[in-house]
Amino acid sequence: MLKIERLSVSYGTRRVLQDVSLEINSGEVVALIGPNGAGKSTLVRAVSGVIPVVSGKIHCNDINRPLINLIALSPIQRARSLAVVPQAVSLPPAFTVWETVLMGRTPHLNFLGQVSAKDEEIARLALQKVDALDLTDRRVGELSGGEQQRVLLARALAQSTPILLLDEPTTNLDLHYQVSFMETVSTLAHQDNLAVLVALHDLNLAARYADRVALLVDGKIKAIGAPWHVLTPELISMAYHLPVQVIPHPFADAPLVLPGKM
Amino acid sequence: MKIRPYLYSLLFLLLAVVLSIAIGSVFIPPADLGRILIGWLNKATFSEPLKTFAFILTDIRLPRTALVLLTGAALGGSGAAYQGLFRNPLADPYLIGVASGAGLGAVLAMSIKWPYSFWGLMAVPAAAFIGALLTVFLVYALARVGKTIPTTNLILAGVAFGSFATALTTYLMLRSTGELHRAIAWLSGGSSQAGWEPVLAILPFLAIGLGILLLSGHALNLLQFGDDQAQQMGLPVTLVRTLILLAASLATAAAVSFSGIIGFIGLIVPHVMRLWFGADYRRLLPLSLIGGAGALLLADVLARSVMAPQELPVGIVTALVGAPFFLWVLRRAKNQGYW
Repeated sequence: MLKIERLSVSYGTRRVLQDVSLEINSGEVVALIGPNGAGKSTLVRAVSGVIPVVSGKIHCNDINRPLINLIALSPIQRARSLAVVPQAVSLPPAFTVWETVLMGRTPHLNFLGQVSAKDEEIARLALQKVDALDLTDRRVGELSGGEQQRVLLARALAQSTPILLLDEPTTNLDLHYQVSFMETVSTLAHQDNLAVLVALHDLNLAARYADRVALLVDGKIKAIGAPWHVLTPELISMAYHLPVQVIPHPFADAPLVLPGKM
Repeated sequence: MKIRPYLYSLLFLLLAVVLSIAIGSVFIPPADLGRILIGWLNKATFSEPLKTFAFILTDIRLPRTALVLLTGAALGGSGAAYQGLFRNPLADPYLIGVASGAGLGAVLAMSIKWPYSFWGLMAVPAAAFIGALLTVFLVYALARVGKTIPTTNLILAGVAFGSFATALTTYLMLRSTGELHRAIAWLSGGSSQAGWEPVLAILPFLAIGLGILLLSGHALNLLQFGDDQAQQMGLPVTLVRTLILLAASLATAAAVSFSGIIGFIGLIVPHVMRLWFGADYRRLLPLSLIGGAGALLLADVLARSVMAPQELPVGIVTALVGAPFFLWVLRRAKNQGYW
């Protein structure tokens, strides 16, 4: 479980996140939506510790461990609780998929990065979970965007953390990869009991694959709840400054957001 | 662990060492090298011509070979480290100006009359280290755009600052008399000092600098994904970056203090090693050390024999080979969108 309480973040004097509170339970996918510049990526970066927070608390726990304060942790300790799947852009092309996924084991290794048979087993399992075992010996630079994104997911899974943050992972993928990637994420969250926060641009992907949706506008959470409660014409029109219609998905229990007036 | 890359590069180094010991103003046939080696092991006394050969070996060839070997290892290793730190395959202690900055520091220290003592000998590498560090931070700050360092910016800032430092160094040398005139040859990469003294003086710096670099392979691998991802995978990025930067600059400064400014070894060697044996820095760093040592030894043999009995500064040889190579890499990288 990941629990964010009244988190505020500034870039210089500009406040980018203001009192953001958000709770993600184990085995749950929460989609973070909002217009460009709303602070989605900032939230991911702040929670993962690469930018400092001004105020607020970030706690996490899983079944075996008591509540831990993430902010107080060193990078290596934090990386044992929380893994991040970034966008697959400008990855170092020369590493193989296997080398890349093994790097996910870093928080469990010594400074030299020596891996044991157990680490290799975990990495292999991670590749299997994202259905990328056949890519193992390929170089990352040779892969398509969709394949690279899967490799990054495998790398995050290899970190063996109870929490997973994904920063707009589907933005550069084609339709097929968008859908299959989100299918995988949703399956993993429910099967392996992971707490997943995924920043998404595509509202309909959010509606379809998230258990709950959080709407972030101008650094503040405007709404949070089941897709039907957040993806309403009023809220979405207000957030994106655009008239929208919301209709039921023809064959799934999810809302479908269509831009434009009737 | 793959053994073969190490085997090949060690064989290359061995070949370079033998050539470097055998070739010079007096050629020592490899068979005689073997005899002398066996003689030493048996503590035998030599007759002519082995006696002369043995003298040349202990007093001239071996210390020279050792110094060049260590210098090459320092340049290859720090080149690989800078390339990893800047995420840029064209970073090289010479091209990013660090070598020239170290040279300026060294010459400033030489222009002061130090008492001839251990600390007097150490003043030059210490000043070179400070010069190297100041240059790294300056060039880094000048070249940086937000969180990235575009290649063109890095090379332009490095070359511009390098020219500035070299000009200042040359001015200092021309203005002075005596002692510093000797430094002109030194600055273009001719080791003017002989004997075992510089070898012993360079060792502690390299042991620390290259020692840290050899342990940083995994960290450099992580840094290739960018600072954010490296930290999200558990690396204390700021600390590790600083440590590697200090270590690489220490190695560069030591190399410059005792062997002058030698370009392109730190560029070519890691590049070729990466091409042949892959991008894993845990392998790339030791291989660049070994390869750098071998490559500089070969360049030094060339420098000694092309115009024999006169010697070329080795920096001229490395530049003659290295600059075209640099241009080739530049074109290749552009075509492939390598960074």
